[in-house]
Amino acid sequence: MQWVNIVLQGILLGGLYALYGTGLSLIFGVMRLVNLAHGDFIVVAAYLALVAGQMLGLSPFLNVLIVAPLMFGLGMLLQQGMLNRTLGKGLMPPLLITFGLSVIIQNVLLLTFTADSRGLDAGQIETASFTVGEVSLGVAPLMTFVVAVLLLVALQLFFSRTTPGRAFRATSDDPATAELMGINSKQIYGLAMGLSLAVVAVAGVLLGVRTNFAPADGPARLIFAFESVIIGGLGSLWGTLVGGIILGLAQNIGAQLNPTWFQLAGHLVTLLVLAFRPTGLFARTRDT
Amino acid sequence: MRRRRFAYSGRHDAANMTALAVSNVEVFYGEFQALFGVSLEVNAGETVAIIGANGAGKTTLLRAIAGMLAPARGQITYRGDPIIGQPAYALARRGIAMVPEGRKIFPSLTVEENLTIGAYTRRAGRWTLDAIYDLFPPLKERARLPGTTLSGGQQQMLAIGRALMSNPDLILMDEISLGLAPLVVKELYRIVRLIAEAGASLILVEQDVSRSLQAADRVYCLLEGKVSLQGKPSELSHEAISKAYFGM
Repeated sequence: MQWVNIVLQGILLGGLYALYGTGLSLIFGVMRLVNLAHGDFIVVAAYLALVAGQMLGLSPFLNVLIVAPLMFGLGMLLQQGMLNRTLGKGLMPPLLITFGLSVIIQNVLLLTFTADSRGLDAGQIETASFTVGEVSLGVAPLMTFVVAVLLLVALQLFFSRTTPGRAFRATSDDPATAELMGINSKQIYGLAMGLSLAVVAVAGVLLGVRTNFAPADGPARLIFAFESVIIGGLGSLWGTLVGGIILGLAQNIGAQLNPTWFQLAGHLVTLLVLAFRPTGLFARTRDT
Repeated sequence: MRRRRFAYSGRHDAANMTALAVSNVEVFYGEFQALFGVSLEVNAGETVAIIGANGAGKTTLLRAIAGMLAPARGQITYRGDPIIGQPAYALARRGIAMVPEGRKIFPSLTVEENLTIGAYTRRAGRWTLDAIYDLFPPLKERARLPGTTLSGGQQQMLAIGRALMSNPDLILMDEISLGLAPLVVKELYRIVRLIAEAGASLILVEQDVSRSLQAADRVYCLLEGKVSLQGKPSELSHEAISKAYFGM
């Protein structure tokens, strides 16, 4: 029964990782930009939720309604004001810029909030659980997973059913031809970064409810985001969910075998996928 | 000038209004000069063919008109306004549509989505999804399939349909006959005629000289980045065209 519980916890954790990965693959998919500050934005969102909670006294689950639009706006500004200027000049400029952002964000957080780790207080939900048979499930992890799946469904509908969603896919396929259709690709990139950071905002708040966070936690989140995407394959929302779940499972099972193997097990699974299926388990090939 | 069978929304009321004027345009790719002082005019409702050998600068000229690259010198005016420096998406919104070389169907989009994305900046006009399906029935049967699963000829229909969906005033078509069977090309050119008769101005870039001479009101020949010949197809001798095309 213990193992059933471990597997379930791993799956639920995978929902959170799927959110990390979705934000990352969204922007890589549409503009081939690797955002090295992605993990740090997750931590920024958690801190924003912390501040919003202190100022308004609301539950983190309500604060997300404030933090997500804020992060969306921040993403648009970041893209339109800075990152759009680096596009079309190779891989290096955006890598350097986002790496620099990562350093700056960590230090600003350190200055503002000190190195002490903080958590978001979601009240009784944090410890609440219910029992199914002999398995006990936490309400918070379950909510995290459900929110992740709902968000992925919403994104899926956005991409498949709406005009901006189609413009997004067209730009991702071929920006030059998309411009011929009247689509301003820079605007689409802004929208992409906004969406990415809005997803990150949700992930950050859920992270903060789940566990403590500190200013230097970003890079580890970035690695988990990368691993979810690598396992699941680029360009597939549901692939990223499965990737996140596999990563969560590997980490939880690894930790059960030896508490220090939590991250190691995840890295090993990622390496295995890279070795035997480098495009990921559910990759959509670009050029058909 | 060809008679126009369909009434068009009053934009072309001024008869023989110049839709597009390119004057003394020079384009460089780095050090390499692709166009040398090219000038060209397209009147409203007119079909103009640009012929020339590979590398003569035909596609470069189209890309400059569409705003995909910026000429170093020269002037391009569209409906009287200078447009050099305006991005391609802005020109698309002003009514310039392109059927790009190689068709460039969006692989992530279905046939129907490829058409509806063409209407991203939709202007009022006769071209609707249904009108396109009437023009190209094979597209309707395959509406839900990914655009790139179509045959070459069908993909070319899709690319043309996609360009029409915005109801453009000026349509640039780059090598629509490339790599297609003669029968398919014949059918495509029958439809190009219908499109021209509906009122839009057309620029056809072609290597297939006889096709473009049949379809066009006027023709320009490019040779090594310069206009080597221009005129009405009926007034140009075979020898003159051959000399302008090959340069000898």
